[in-house]
Amino acid sequence: MNKNSLILYSGILIFGLAAPFLFPAFKVQLSILCVLIVLATTWNIQGGEMGYNSFGNILFYGLGMYLCASVQVGMFFPLAEWTESGGEKTFVHTPAQFFQGMAVGLVVAAIVPTIIAGLIGYSILGLRGHYFAICTLGLGVAAGEISGGIEVIGAGQGFTTPPFPDVGSLEARGEFFYFLSFFTLILTFIAVRSIYSTRFKLILNAIRDNEDKAEAMGIETMKYKIIGWMISAFFCGLAGGIMGGLVGYIDSTDVAFDGREMGVFMVLMAILGGKGTLWGPIIGATIFHIFKEGFWTFFLGWQYVALGVLIVVIVIYFPEGIMGWLREKYPERFGEVVDEKDRKAQVELK
Amino acid sequence: MDFMVFQYPMITVQACLDGILLGILFALIAYGMALQWGVMNIINIAQGDLVILGGYIAYFMYLYGIHPAWGVIVAPVIMYFLGVLIYKLVINKVVDRDLFISILATFGISILFMQLMNFAFGADVVLANSDYGTTMLFNNNVVLPNSKLFSAFISILFAICLVIYMKKSKLGRAIRATAQNARAAKILGVDTEKVYAATFGINAALCGVAGALISITFTIHPYMGLPYTIRSFMIVIVAGLGNLPGVAMSGMGLGVFEEFADYILGTEFRIGSVFLLLVLILVYRRFKLSRKREYLK
Repeated sequence: MNKNSLILYSGILIFGLAAPFLFPAFKVQLSILCVLIVLATTWNIQGGEMGYNSFGNILFYGLGMYLCASVQVGMFFPLAEWTESGGEKTFVHTPAQFFQGMAVGLVVAAIVPTIIAGLIGYSILGLRGHYFAICTLGLGVAAGEISGGIEVIGAGQGFTTPPFPDVGSLEARGEFFYFLSFFTLILTFIAVRSIYSTRFKLILNAIRDNEDKAEAMGIETMKYKIIGWMISAFFCGLAGGIMGGLVGYIDSTDVAFDGREMGVFMVLMAILGGKGTLWGPIIGATIFHIFKEGFWTFFLGWQYVALGVLIVVIVIYFPEGIMGWLREKYPERFGEVVDEKDRKAQVELK
Repeated sequence: MDFMVFQYPMITVQACLDGILLGILFALIAYGMALQWGVMNIINIAQGDLVILGGYIAYFMYLYGIHPAWGVIVAPVIMYFLGVLIYKLVINKVVDRDLFISILATFGISILFMQLMNFAFGADVVLANSDYGTTMLFNNNVVLPNSKLFSAFISILFAICLVIYMKKSKLGRAIRATAQNARAAKILGVDTEKVYAATFGINAALCGVAGALISITFTIHPYMGLPYTIRSFMIVIVAGLGNLPGVAMSGMGLGVFEEFADYILGTEFRIGSVFLLLVLILVYRRFKLSRKREYLK
């Protein structure tokens, strides 16, 4: 790690730690931003690096959300009665119960989707190209429709997650969720960054560029594909668990398994920033979140229309994303050696 | 879980007939999907939203006092021009690109349409009442609304007309030539750009017909588009591209499957079972193909 990047990382870290105190009104928005960055970055592991464009990571996100909330409730109170009483507060978590439940819930929310990804990975990841995309889209929507019919987790009427306990300060809830999501973000970033500096990333890239050739070179592609998907699932589940607590209310098709919105957002954020880069999804998610909140404020009511137009415009005009555009403009910065004479000759040819 | 279906044979007959009549409609939508997939190599996620839009055209005619059955004539005309417009604005920029790009772009169109319809027509479940009455069969044990028979009849009519058009007309031959080899067709003087626009327009028109029929027979709602897309995708991959009898058969099969899922699992799991079936079919196909690949080795 050289000096410049050290300054960059410490600057971001200090900004991240100070942000909730600098902008107290935007704490919830900042936490959502952290979750979005986690989702975009982990989508990028198999979408960008491995070339398997999935709409189905929402499955792990939604699973994590339901699991975390169910564990948090189920550890101390009967789950069925809790969901039946809906928003009414028959049971109240003490602070200790709330934080214990949250901790165990997050662990479960991270591990169970990982296991599920490993189990279904062998069948699903054998599909190629658009069949994979549509299949995962189907998985996400099916999960939403089915969980909307299960009584014990609230069925169609939704599931209220445990409200934040009274610990004396009104600001505590926002700060708790902000730091939780911020540390998840740091954890994700460190994990993804260290993955990207190993042979594993090269294998994923080989799978993206030519899977049959990679297999012929002696790489067990299926094993690596499944591992890549499991890493995504781990962080998606974690992000879902945090988001469930943050939103405070889980609905099967509108919050948890929201394949038409969140499922597309994570793809879009990664594409906007630049697929297959470390920083691309982070930049993309930040810009996208700012845009989205701007739409929500200025085009109230028309936000989804604007969003549909935005998707079409991004996909048609910026398929390489911001990082791809920068790379074309300043190839030296990306470590590509450019022969000046060659470039000049090409310009003259044009 | 409810196994009444198997105890009372009449319910089975009812479910089968309903499913077949419904499946004919699905097959009409899937035919449009197969057409554009085969010719332009794009998968249109907005297919279902075009269907719903066609349904709203018929519904509005009904609101203004015109019999909704005329929507079968009006909807395809409007939808054809809308389809050509969408092609000119968006699709022609993604035709020769990666398939995933076209999926995402049409996903954007789908969200756009969904929300515009939500604004324009409201989020209520509506249907256009055709007043066709019902037919009773088997000693009044099986009830068939005449509107379903009407919709199946019109779907078959449109499908037959289209097949004949594809075989005989100049444009139809140009479309088939482009589907076989776009480059060769271009060399031989086919204006592929025009062919693509017409294909997308015809697809949208088919969606319009199907939507008008759905608004007469069933109900429509702005957010109900995606299941129709998934159903038509599923029918096309089961039947294979360019296999018309296969499309009709697998459409009816899907319709019957859905009716039985509705009876056995309950209505709340109906859409979920469709999406799960898609996943299962794709996974089955994957194992079948991988076995074939090993055999070839």
